[in-house]
Amino acid sequence: MQHTITEPFTKEKLSVLRAGDSVLLTGTIYAARDAAHKRLTEMIADGEPLPLQIENQVFYYMGPTPARPGYPIGSAGPTTSYRMDSFTPTLLKLGLTGMIGKGPRGDEVKNCAREEGAVYFAAIGGAGALIAQSIQASEVVAFAETGTEAIRKLYVKDMPLIVAYDAEGGDVYDR
Amino acid sequence: MRELNVAEITDAVAEMFVHANYFLGEDVSECLSACASAEESEIARSVFGSIEENLKIAAEGVFPICQDTGMACVFLEIGQDVHLTGGDLHEAVNEGVRRGCAEGYLRQTIVEDPFRRKNTKDSTPADINIDIVPGDKVKVTVAPKGFGSENMSQIRMLTPGEGVEGAEDFIVKVCEDAGGRPCPPIVVGVGIGGNFNKAALMAKKALLRPIGQHNEDPFYAEMEERLLTRINDLGIGPQGFGGSTTALAVNVIAAPTHIAGLPVAVNINCHVSRHEEITL
Repeated sequence: MQHTITEPFTKEKLSVLRAGDSVLLTGTIYAARDAAHKRLTEMIADGEPLPLQIENQVFYYMGPTPARPGYPIGSAGPTTSYRMDSFTPTLLKLGLTGMIGKGPRGDEVKNCAREEGAVYFAAIGGAGALIAQSIQASEVVAFAETGTEAIRKLYVKDMPLIVAYDAEGGDVYDR
Repeated sequence: MRELNVAEITDAVAEMFVHANYFLGEDVSECLSACASAEESEIARSVFGSIEENLKIAAEGVFPICQDTGMACVFLEIGQDVHLTGGDLHEAVNEGVRRGCAEGYLRQTIVEDPFRRKNTKDSTPADINIDIVPGDKVKVTVAPKGFGSENMSQIRMLTPGEGVEGAEDFIVKVCEDAGGRPCPPIVVGVGIGGNFNKAALMAKKALLRPIGQHNEDPFYAEMEERLLTRINDLGIGPQGFGGSTTALAVNVIAAPTHIAGLPVAVNINCHVSRHEEITL
């Protein structure tokens, strides 16, 4: 099944998706990988104000190559998601509705996503040049000193994704 | 004695580090095409379609094939009749990586300490491996290595009694444990024998062998074929979505070992299996 999903990325909107479906995603998402997850969850634990609002957002596990002049971003494919697992339930409980990465994850994330009504999308790993074509704008919004690991606000148009875990507990990797 | 200025090595490393990140070797791309046409599942075929399209875009020279432009693994085979001039060899290699990273818009991918994790901002230092060999040439190989697949690699010190069956079971299990995480279809480098460190290095060197070439020893060539069949029978498929292609190749390198040991190292590479070489 093919879907086109546009922001805001509410749980209601994502609830129609099923594992294995193809999705073209359009809207604002945030790139955040290992270092950003560690820092964000530390800030949450310490009760500090966050550099972005988590509710109804989609996080893309990605650290790009530098943008060439005249382009918004460089190569921008997904990184392996399981490394974010230990930080993920905290974010899902704050209302994060979508995650984009690659590869299967631990049961805790899968169960938490189902309980919270969130969706985990897979982008094609190793297809960073192709995926970059759907990123129209990129701006560093936090942790700039970490370089490629900074949190980036991205505007994506028709970003090609596969539903990996749906909000009902469906799992594309189970097949 | 032949003299070679290390500046030539710097130039070669810089050029190959960039080129490898935009142009995939024909051995890999041809194998990907062949596997794509053999896939029956729709989702697997669509993954192969995306991989092919990605390679075309990267070859235009603006976007690297993958955002993980890799740890620069550099292998030098230095002829014993060569006198290297012009400065520190290690620094020359690192300068090549530094220049390639900047000029090729490659990602700054290395942190200077495993815990404090400050980015070095130029993808140095490289992983430099040096062998002294006969002759008066220097062979330089650059293999940018992604860590999504590197993280799925394992080593185990088996006992001699576990034999071929134990080794093969372990290698298949490593691929099964990796599942959809290392960006399958994968290339599997295997080092058997030696000691703890040598097995791991052989596994990494095994990834440099072109796809389609087997170990020259028929005993190991047959092992490679058996392993490839078993790994593909796992059904993990491209990206872990299921399918007949989980691995493109299994390359084994073996070496003499201790009477008490049977070390087996498995180094996994993703479908963006990059390596280039030049002889200076």
